[in-house]
Amino acid sequence: MPIVKNVTCPICGTFCDDIELTVKKNKVVDVKNACAMGEAKFLNYSDPHHRNLNPLIRRNGTLVETSWTEAIKKSAKILAEASYPLLYGWSSTCCEAISAGIELAEEIGGVIDNTSSVCHGPSILSIQDVGISTCTLGQIRHRADLIIYWGSDPYSAHPRHLERYTAFTEGRFQPSEWKRYVSRLRGVIGKKKLERASQLALMEEFSVPPITGNQFPPTLETEKERKLIVIDARRTHSAEFADYFVQVEPNKDYELLQAMRMLVKNEELEVEKVAGVPVGVLEKIVDVMIGCKFGVLFFGVGLTMSSGKLRNIDAALALTRDLNFATKFVIMPMRGHFNVTGANMVSIWQTGYPFSVDFSQGFPFYNPGETSAVDILSRDESDAALVIASDPVANFPRVAAQNLVKNPLIVIDPEKSATALMADVVLPSTFVGIEAEGIAYRMDGVPLPLKRVVKPPKGLLSDEEILRRILREVRKLKRSQRRSNA
Amino acid sequence: MTELLIRNGFVYDPINKIDGEKMDIAVKNGKIVEKIEGKRVKKINASGMMVMPGGVDIHSHIAGAKVNLGRLLRPEDHYKDVEPRTSKTRSGVGYSIPSTFTTGYRYAKMGWTMVMDPAMPPLKARHTHEELNDTPIIDKATYPLLGDSWIVLETLSEGRIDECAAYVAWELNATKGYAIKLVNPGGLEAWGFGRNVSNIDDTVPNFNITPREIVRGLCKVNQLLHLPHTIHVHTNNLGKPGNYENTLKTMQCVEGLNHNNRPLIHITHCQFSAFAGNDWRTFESAADKIANYINAHNHVTLDMGQVVFSDTTTMTADGPFQFILYQLSGNKWINGDVETETSSGIVPFHYKRSSYVHATQWSIGLELALLIKDPWKILLTTDHPNAGPFIAYPKIISWLMSRKAREKMMKRINKKARSKSLLPTIDREYTPYEIAIATRAGQAKALGLKDKGHLGVGADADIAIYDLNPEKTDLNANPRLIRRAFKHAAYTIKDGQIVVKGGEVVKSISGRTFWVNVEAEKALVETRILKEKFAEYYTVQYENYLVPEHNLAVSAPIQVHAEV
Amino acid sequence: MQKMKVTLLSGRTINQGTGKEHGKTSQEYYESVAICEVDTNDLDALGIKDGANIKVSTEFGSIIVKAKESIRGPHPGIIYMPYGPWINAVANPTTHSTGMPSFKGIHAEIEPATSAERVLPLHELLKQAFGKE
Repeated sequence: MPIVKNVTCPICGTFCDDIELTVKKNKVVDVKNACAMGEAKFLNYSDPHHRNLNPLIRRNGTLVETSWTEAIKKSAKILAEASYPLLYGWSSTCCEAISAGIELAEEIGGVIDNTSSVCHGPSILSIQDVGISTCTLGQIRHRADLIIYWGSDPYSAHPRHLERYTAFTEGRFQPSEWKRYVSRLRGVIGKKKLERASQLALMEEFSVPPITGNQFPPTLETEKERKLIVIDARRTHSAEFADYFVQVEPNKDYELLQAMRMLVKNEELEVEKVAGVPVGVLEKIVDVMIGCKFGVLFFGVGLTMSSGKLRNIDAALALTRDLNFATKFVIMPMRGHFNVTGANMVSIWQTGYPFSVDFSQGFPFYNPGETSAVDILSRDESDAALVIASDPVANFPRVAAQNLVKNPLIVIDPEKSATALMADVVLPSTFVGIEAEGIAYRMDGVPLPLKRVVKPPKGLLSDEEILRRILREVRKLKRSQRRSNA
Repeated sequence: MTELLIRNGFVYDPINKIDGEKMDIAVKNGKIVEKIEGKRVKKINASGMMVMPGGVDIHSHIAGAKVNLGRLLRPEDHYKDVEPRTSKTRSGVGYSIPSTFTTGYRYAKMGWTMVMDPAMPPLKARHTHEELNDTPIIDKATYPLLGDSWIVLETLSEGRIDECAAYVAWELNATKGYAIKLVNPGGLEAWGFGRNVSNIDDTVPNFNITPREIVRGLCKVNQLLHLPHTIHVHTNNLGKPGNYENTLKTMQCVEGLNHNNRPLIHITHCQFSAFAGNDWRTFESAADKIANYINAHNHVTLDMGQVVFSDTTTMTADGPFQFILYQLSGNKWINGDVETETSSGIVPFHYKRSSYVHATQWSIGLELALLIKDPWKILLTTDHPNAGPFIAYPKIISWLMSRKAREKMMKRINKKARSKSLLPTIDREYTPYEIAIATRAGQAKALGLKDKGHLGVGADADIAIYDLNPEKTDLNANPRLIRRAFKHAAYTIKDGQIVVKGGEVVKSISGRTFWVNVEAEKALVETRILKEKFAEYYTVQYENYLVPEHNLAVSAPIQVHAEV
Repeated sequence: MQKMKVTLLSGRTINQGTGKEHGKTSQEYYESVAICEVDTNDLDALGIKDGANIKVSTEFGSIIVKAKESIRGPHPGIIYMPYGPWINAVANPTTHSTGMPSFKGIHAEIEPATSAERVLPLHELLKQAFGKE
């Protein structure tokens, strides 16, 4: 059976590129190196129960099968006639499709927004205010002796992040922290065998109390090898891996970050606790940060979605920037979808802006809060939408989703997503990275190829091809309209 | 294909030693031909106009990871400068870091037809090429950053020059690159831990090598590989007072490698490396010292990195330098290190006439261009967007051609800078022939591009026509006319097609991406060693690192046979 | 009926991540997403058993999901729901002009569901919310 190596995994921003797939009769039958999510995707993506296998159109309130020609014509008509259409999604498709989408948005004078507006949008707004000290993940693998995750649970959302790039990987200048963690684990659970402890550590339902509160390990400040600190509002699985876990009160991240900035600048804090964290402990953490040779702060949507939003990120970016006067310190957002970074990248180089780009004036305009999907929908401003590679009906707050569904809705998706079930036109696409090729960008901006490992089911088109066809049809409609006007 | 006859223009074609001669230029199938006849020939009346080869830019940051982060950082830069879509062109934004479509159109509107992106992190090569694919009309190429690559440092420090050459050959092929780029050699690896190297003889931390050995080593590699361009060097200590001594040492350190009186090294944006003084208070121009050296040696080419007074966005692979610039300016700062290879930094910057330092920098660039006697040795750039956006070229051309234009600006700059500037002592004014060298012929020659930068038979039909009459106009006395003519080319012809007319894009085509395909005997052996190192050094798989040729919209490989 | 004021957080879980790769209409997705993790002591105080139905209400709406005893306690007063259509029935749509709704740190109330209240499967939930199927 043919084994396809070096496959990139089209799920999360970790974007692992070492997956090995065994293919039998045009079907993936075995998956190596992937996490649980990756394995689930490669083994189940082709389940016909959850897949769109024909173009669908809503007639008399019900979605029924139709031809590609009719589905594309109907989509083009909806978009060409709309006065303020919204094109949303993009983070789980390839750059080539995103590029076609931007051209379509420009042609119809619509708004194109990607999922970063409800994910790390605030992080990007903050980068535009403050800047960012960052790097590629290999720098961290080779050099970082202090790794901090804040408002991010890599075990759950980016399962291989720790083993591939950070605490549990071997680098040129820094060894892995894995052995230290497992020996602690052995102490806690009384298991003699290292192997057994290692297996347990990676199981979802396995839980040991994290080191937190007053248990701050005295050796942490002098430890030369890799250290892992997790900061979160709740105890996560990742927190249990850490050398120290800081539990911050919900919605108090901003206070904690600014307090740390003060300590970095040698200011005194005249309170006992900040955001539930004793100042004595905070001082020690800051000493570890200043004393490291190469520190990194990964932050998740725990910071962008809670109270303060972009202001939390302002403080985090400024904290890591300030630390560069003492040592080397970088920061990186834990991007969710495998190509959300690519969606930003293509949008930036073609329009100047990373998301929420409005073409209604004939040139790119950007003002998140005004031109972002949730705001446009909540204010009920758009009069039609195309959704691709995302599921806003499942993931947007109710009022925004209701306004999306009430107007004509086109969905390009391989799967029966909640949004596809609510659509007026469904255009079934191939799975990019399994059935179609393309380029996508890892969370640190490293571009990698998406592979085609099996043939798609007959009659399905790639995201890019569907968009190009809609674009051609829109142009045809506009030409004939111009002719009839003249 | 279109057949064109450009009639009666004043032709400036320095490579073929044509200096303003009134003649016709014939075009067929995208190439310059001896002559052309027939009814289908489209005729362009260029009488009273200047005809030059299409402009070439040896160093302009137009694409890739760092440029895009610069765009991301600066929405305020884009709001003030927008390009609505037209029936022929895509929409976009400027100003100092234009979107890709706008970049292509704006170069073409000025009559430029080939631009080199000078700083590609090899790990992110695919990104650079994706952006170049989306940069319309102009031809492009890009230089991979190799001066701090671990494998280069290791092979050179152990004296394994052939292996280093095989590796560089492999990198050029893997990343579809054009030339060897060094930025603050050794300093970027040090920056991985927040440090830097202090001069050309400092040892790189954790690696047993000095910048001098890196420069010499890669210069030898360049010779072994027979690459069309020389090594392309951004010196150590760039942007620091007193750095000219290090710059001289960098040029001197390869002197002995010269055996055919041909250039060996290109020092890029030399203005930033020609500072004298001990600190910012005693800072002054060292342009004369650099110029004296260049006038006495033939193994170096330079480009200006001319400052224009403007708001812009600085971006280089020189991470430690950008951190200093952040501290100096207090502006927002991006740092972006790339594993195993390089670093980068971005800081918005405003060059002010009223600042002593900025005004002196402005003067240094022009002093270099005017004191270096041979125009083939110093080429016009702004290190776009570092010293100013490329749309300022017409202004710089007017400063070079007109003493009057320089004097006018001199009156408006910082007093102390004015009193110390060498410009008032310089009468030289560039002729149109010299401008053609500085902006196209010299650039193409330094790059080793045989079909660019001239209008001889067989050359690519990349042509710029400017509405400027050297017989009727006293150019030196009318800098405004110079600026106007070079800002909006009367015609730009790319691969034999009229793409710009009257300063507006009338047709958008895809340009080519040039890269060097080195055939090296040892490369295969090296690849095996490389594959072993690869897993240890990188977080991506070997196979996924390679940029396949089909990732380039229009691939134009140049075949080269190496000595290894 | 007894109610308790809590702070609602939402986010990814490995089961939600795996569930969504089985398909949004799959049983795996439903079981991994239509849930709410609650602190053990809080569940006891409300008399809710692990796996029983629980009602989560905010000023934006209310939803019935399955209560799940949190294995990573104690965190009194904090409940956690995975991303998906169920949490979005109660999420805060306010973006404060940033484009980003408030998915975390939402003021909420929890109480046991009545015997008439059940956890709606995806298609019924969509039908109820959007009137389409």
